Amino acid sequence: MANKKNNKKPSAWKSISIGAIALLTLVVYAYGFQITKVNLEELRSDTRQASLQRVIRALAKPEIFEYDQTEQIINFPIYVPCHEDGTLPSSPEHGATDPYLVITPSCASPGDTIQVEGFNFAHNVTGPVRFVPGSDVTNIVTLGKEVGVTDNKGYFVLSMKLPERPSEDVQYIRASLYKNVGSPHFTQTAKDTWEKIIETVFLALLATTFGTILAIPLSFLAARNLMVPVRSPLTSISLSLIGWPIGMYAGYVIVRWVGNFNASLNLSPWLGLIAILLVLVVVWFGIRWALPQEESKQPQGKLIKGTRMAVMLALILVSFFGFFQLARLVMSTGNGLIPSLGSFGFLGNFMFQVGDIVLVITSVLGALVAGGAVSSIMSRFGQQATEKLPATGIKLINLILTPVGVATVLVLGGQLIQWLYQLNQPLYTLWGPMITGVVIGLGLAIFSKSKDALPTGMVIYYITRTILNGLRSIEALVMAIVFVIAVGIGPFAGVMALGLHTIVSLAKLYSEQVESIVSGPLEAIQATGANRLQTIIYAVVPQIVPPYISYTMYRWDINVRMSTIIGFVGGGGIGFLLQQNINLLNYQAASAQMLAIAVVVASMDYISSVLREKTI
Amino acid sequence: MLQIRNLTKIYDGGVKALNNVSFDVPDGQFLAIIGLSGSGKSTLLRCINRLIEPTDGQILWNGEDITAASQEEVRRIRRKIGMVFQQFNLVNRSKVLTNVLAGRLGYVNPAWSFLNRFPKEDVDKAFVQLGRVGIADKAYQRADELSGGQQQRVGIARALMQDPELILADEPVASLDPVLAHSIMKHLEDINKKDGVSVMCSLHFLDIVHRYADRAIALNEGRLVFEGLPKEINDAKFKEIYGRDAERVG
Repeated sequence: MANKKNNKKPSAWKSISIGAIALLTLVVYAYGFQITKVNLEELRSDTRQASLQRVIRALAKPEIFEYDQTEQIINFPIYVPCHEDGTLPSSPEHGATDPYLVITPSCASPGDTIQVEGFNFAHNVTGPVRFVPGSDVTNIVTLGKEVGVTDNKGYFVLSMKLPERPSEDVQYIRASLYKNVGSPHFTQTAKDTWEKIIETVFLALLATTFGTILAIPLSFLAARNLMVPVRSPLTSISLSLIGWPIGMYAGYVIVRWVGNFNASLNLSPWLGLIAILLVLVVVWFGIRWALPQEESKQPQGKLIKGTRMAVMLALILVSFFGFFQLARLVMSTGNGLIPSLGSFGFLGNFMFQVGDIVLVITSVLGALVAGGAVSSIMSRFGQQATEKLPATGIKLINLILTPVGVATVLVLGGQLIQWLYQLNQPLYTLWGPMITGVVIGLGLAIFSKSKDALPTGMVIYYITRTILNGLRSIEALVMAIVFVIAVGIGPFAGVMALGLHTIVSLAKLYSEQVESIVSGPLEAIQATGANRLQTIIYAVVPQIVPPYISYTMYRWDINVRMSTIIGFVGGGGIGFLLQQNINLLNYQAASAQMLAIAVVVASMDYISSVLREKTI
Repeated sequence: MLQIRNLTKIYDGGVKALNNVSFDVPDGQFLAIIGLSGSGKSTLLRCINRLIEPTDGQILWNGEDITAASQEEVRRIRRKIGMVFQQFNLVNRSKVLTNVLAGRLGYVNPAWSFLNRFPKEDVDKAFVQLGRVGIADKAYQRADELSGGQQQRVGIARALMQDPELILADEPVASLDPVLAHSIMKHLEDINKKDGVSVMCSLHFLDIVHRYADRAIALNEGRLVFEGLPKEINDAKFKEIYGRDAERVG
């Protein structure tokens, strides 16, 4: 009803407000013009137009192909001014078909205009015609420049103003006409561009691959619908907080020890290979025994469970030994292969680098695996204790464990601050966090209901989201600057920067896809008695495969585009070349590089759209 | 024997979906649950396998208190309770076989199932169950390539993989045409009669209730308003269950 009334007689207030909005818009844009210095006057100035023309023309002629050229250089002697006795320099001899010049008049005063004619030159070519001062015919210093253009008979004519260089000696008019020979071939610029564009594409490839691999697990942590149901009681949280650092430290030490043990064996390649095969066999059979396929059919005795755990632990150590051995073997083989592979030496280098990466990652991996394992075992222990023990007992346990757990985390944080800022003030980096942690822990233990499950998942969710959003707001170009300092100028810095940016932005996009899945299958899989990870793998993963692929493709597109400019700050790829040529005002070369970027980006676009269609 | 005692569920918004509901389901019974949409049928079924946490009350199954079970115990209980859904809830992009094998997830070792490895006997069993519901030839098709009736059969096969002692069916035929509805109900009846599996099935159409159920309960706004044999639902009872303005359609 109210609407109808308004429609019948538009109120004055409405007209005024529309007018005010229009006025406001006008002011905003006017101010925008002022801020961005919109000024067409500049464009009209002749010097601007001339340079613009020059640059655009250069850009229109990318330096891609060139011909080999032969020069036809003819020097013709001339007196400037004429000798008083009327002598003329002797004209050079030439054969009937050789190119030659004719100058009229044969001598002239400085500043006079003469006519230069050329005969028998190559057809339809151009080249400069210049005045050579001094008596030396090979002098490379020349004055003035006219352009001779031959017709289809090899004849050209032009008039030339003689410079103010009077001399008694003979001086010369030089016509140097270039003739293209053979077929066109790529310029050096084109070759450099090709090399760098390949570097660019691979830079984007590596960044996308590593980024995607790490973004997937992160995206689950940042998905609200998966994290909301994750709740655990305080005891279990405290135990898992204590478990992480202990496990990580123990894991790191043990894996390091395994690595050193492996290094100290110093096995020859063949022995190493045998050791790896042995490890594979042992692990294969060990897993078959220790991980029965069906839980329910096996006797669930405490002894056999313990034995299985011990065997699994031993197997993990054995497989870490295998990892180390494999990495070393691959490194030495790769290194040995580089000379014998010739131009495929990069394969050997690849093996060496992969081995090196495995060596580095294995220790970290060991720490993470052990940390996760210890923490999850302890957290499960806490969960069971919470279920079995009476509430007062749990409260008592919490009063001890929670302060220890929170203090551990805060002290570790404090130590990180100490390392970063070198405060050397234990009050702030050690005792302060410890006491704060104890106080917070006591507070939590006292004020929470001891058996209540706390929303751990949401805490993890918010922490992950915050880190992702923070890092995502830093442009890859800025990250590249940091990495250039960390690992030096070159494509590796670019890979790291783009990779990190890919992780955080893909994790965000992915997690939104996880949040938008249909919940029915999730419910159905849960109802079968599947645990949380099984539910994710069977109900979530199949649903998110298509959007994940399409986002990865999209990111790959972005990375190719980004990698073309990441070279501006030293991150490798074609950007370095492009920036160099722009700074050197070598626009024709820059144009070649821009063309290459356009071709690559367009073809990537096409390829990714085709792949996307195929996979979905 | 499933015993529901004073079951109450209040959702976060304050909606009382179940209000002090108590009843028993003897082993091997086919129990129909009727009531209007929103009367609490789905909530009731989901409380039994704790997909929804009840606010108050007890659910005793063979003497074990489901409502007090720990997370591990809930998993062990869930794997003995098959569930069939109105919207089938299959993973559309997965193969039919994978969907059926998912019924074993509560039994197999998680580490192997992450790699999609199932014991051979489970795979054989999956084919047997698919054969039982008549779609063994579809095992390697994607679930979303199947028609509605076929998808619901996959859902039943998945529930059967759990070696269930109880099947919860949440309006299993509400999105199917009458002919398909009867074929699905016949499968459930077959499982109930031949395997002795108890079935709790929420239904909308009274003729289906009359035809298949041993016993019926009715919910209205979260309260148990009827409990008895299906044939006892006469016009007066019907009005009581569905409200004064309701008219019978089936």
